[in-house]
Amino acid sequence: MRHTISALVENKFGVLARISTLFAARGFNIDSLSVGETEDPDVSRMTIVVRGDDRILEQVEKQLNKLVDVIKVIDFKGTAHLERDLVLVKVKADKTTRSEILQIVDIFRAKIVDVAADSLIVEITGDVNKIEAILLLLKPFGIKEMCRTGIIALARGLK
Amino acid sequence: MIKTGSEIFVECLLRENVDILYGIPGGQLIPIFDKIYGSQLKLILTRHEQGAAHMADGYARSTGKTGVCIATSGPGATNLVTGLANAYLDSIPMVAFTGQVPTTLIGNDAFQEADITGITRPVTKHNYLVKDVKDLATVIREAFYIASTGRPGPVLVDIPADVQRASTEFIWPEKVSIRSYRPNYEGHPGQIKKAAELINSSKRPVLYVGGGVITSESSAEVIALAKKAEIPVTTTLLAIGAFPPDSELCLGMPGMHGTYFANHAIQNSDLLIAVGSRFDDRVTGKVSAFAPHARIIHIDIDPTSISKNVVVDVPVVGDAKSILLELNKEIKKSSHGEWISQINKWKKAHPITYQKDAKLRPQYVIEAIDELTKGEAIVVTEVGQHQMWAAQFYKAKKPRTFLSSGGLGTMGFGLPAAIGAKMANPDKIVVDISGDGSFQMNVQELATAVLNKVNIKVAILNNQYLGMVRQWQEMFYGKRYSATCLHRVPSCPEKCSKPGTKLCPAYTPDFVKLAEAYGAVGIRISTKKDVVPALKKALAVNKPVILEFMVEQEENVLPMVPAGAALDEIITNLA
Ligand SMILES: Cc1ncc(C[n+]2csc(CCOP(=O)(O)OP(=O)(O)O)c2C)c(N)n1
Ligand SMILES: [Mg+2]
Repeated sequence: MRHTISALVENKFGVLARISTLFAARGFNIDSLSVGETEDPDVSRMTIVVRGDDRILEQVEKQLNKLVDVIKVIDFKGTAHLERDLVLVKVKADKTTRSEILQIVDIFRAKIVDVAADSLIVEITGDVNKIEAILLLLKPFGIKEMCRTGIIALARGLK
Repeated sequence: MIKTGSEIFVECLLRENVDILYGIPGGQLIPIFDKIYGSQLKLILTRHEQGAAHMADGYARSTGKTGVCIATSGPGATNLVTGLANAYLDSIPMVAFTGQVPTTLIGNDAFQEADITGITRPVTKHNYLVKDVKDLATVIREAFYIASTGRPGPVLVDIPADVQRASTEFIWPEKVSIRSYRPNYEGHPGQIKKAAELINSSKRPVLYVGGGVITSESSAEVIALAKKAEIPVTTTLLAIGAFPPDSELCLGMPGMHGTYFANHAIQNSDLLIAVGSRFDDRVTGKVSAFAPHARIIHIDIDPTSISKNVVVDVPVVGDAKSILLELNKEIKKSSHGEWISQINKWKKAHPITYQKDAKLRPQYVIEAIDELTKGEAIVVTEVGQHQMWAAQFYKAKKPRTFLSSGGLGTMGFGLPAAIGAKMANPDKIVVDISGDGSFQMNVQELATAVLNKVNIKVAILNNQYLGMVRQWQEMFYGKRYSATCLHRVPSCPEKCSKPGTKLCPAYTPDFVKLAEAYGAVGIRISTKKDVVPALKKALAVNKPVILEFMVEQEENVLPMVPAGAALDEIITNLA
């Protein structure tokens, strides 16, 4: 089962290591992990996407909560929330393929952020489905390099 | 007032009411040791940092107060690791301080640098690297707070040498408030009600209590609950002393070397009330077959303990004492005559016993210690067969008087822990029940005991083997005694499972001479009739005494639930 977990943590050194150690000790492979500041500069939000047995994951969440530097843990499973991933992808492009790529980029409301003689860099934001879909279409042109921020997520509605 | 980091260290420890700390100095700790020198802090110089950690642990286990130890950077710090892991697994409040290379050198592989916060992350409740002297007082305050509240545990504070030397305005934080750490003490009233209903309607209840009952000082509440609802009680290794051993309701220890009747009571119960216990695999045996007919109530301060190994029906998260106080109001007075008489039948059919003949058997030694001290001593153990016999045959009457390394099973824990316990309880008899293997793992601390006049008594049950491992080899590996004979020399036959023949090389060391070399008293006992007189003599001497009991070599700990078997597949004798 895929889980998107958000942990609000003290913005201190060593916190990331404590958290990743917990997952590693249980044999979980982290699909993605992103860390960044929140509305409070002393607090960072980590968004962690993992797959694993629900019961073991529940245990890991409790253990996350138990870490002294962790303020709050939220598992978004079953709650209305938004997920976004940002991807930069360098696609092979020449005269013959460029316009076709531009069309795809357009349809997905992605952006071209760099143009070179034999390639383009496309910037895509969206949820997992959108990103997987556009990547699938770009793949045949030849993907030279790719980089993702990892999922970030927020619950919908009022806090 | 402007103070240096080292002065702040001393001041903070005094304000935390630390009266004693254990440790060894080194290059990166000289500033702090300089301020300890001549201060009101009593520093006990140990002979190994592991000894320092276990002494702090023994001090903490026997008093409930936070134990403190200190070690220098690098090897000093890494020597603490076993002691921290040991305290972590048994939830013992401890604060460990380490010196660190100056902040400017951190990360450079400097001389005696070790990333000790990185190394100890999985074996501490929390740890700190203090990079700025301004943070030192707050960090020390937080460290003591975190170590001793919620589910207690060890906290490490790493202090670089330049931080020890730097100065700042000293401000003592009166209050500690950590927004990300707020242990919950009160149990949920609705959950307590549900628990009470289950208890009121149960026919075959069992109380399964663990170390949390000692930590939360709730032995009186457990006794009250057991009496009011007539519930038999099984106490884990860490809870020995929490329930009176002479009570009809006492089942002794559960699990691998637990009693037949405790294990059968669990397997046949319709309600298991777990209090401050964590369903360790040495207790549950095969988890899928554990307590198959029972609903389970679990009272524990740590949410991560709930439904970790065994799914529970009614969890109550909070402090055991306050929860039991509420619970005891909600439960009806009841009796379970039929259940108790069934248990009494099991007790009669399969008591904890051993062969009572003319031989010097290890269990007899423990019984003699129990009788002579009336179960009122503080007994500390090492790890192995002798530990299990101590748990089975020593009848500790009070909490904090049976101290054993449960979670980590650390050979070498007993001697230093006994020293820590004796220093905290100078008027009590403190006996370390030891094995010949374990004793040698921290034997250097005999010097600490002798020089500080810490008059502990060490009873070595010398079976000339790493006995617990030998027992598994005998029972499950066709008596192939691979590396368990402590006589073995290169000229021994490749395979040998015959102990004590005339051809065996001499045992090393001579524990009596060793005791004497350290300035302690050594007594060797080779026959059953000499046991009691030797013990009496040891108790009368005002010095550390090492008693070496030359016990039956191949005695086994029984009963036994083989690893991976269900609790009712318990072996009571070896045919
Ligand atoms: C530090 C450490 N190393 C190894 C072990 C594995 N071990 C468990 S019991 C035991 C034998 C203990 O021998 P001894 O102290 O003589 O006690 P006995 O079982 O003979 O009573 C060993 C090696 C351990 N528990 N701790
Ligand atoms: Mg032995």
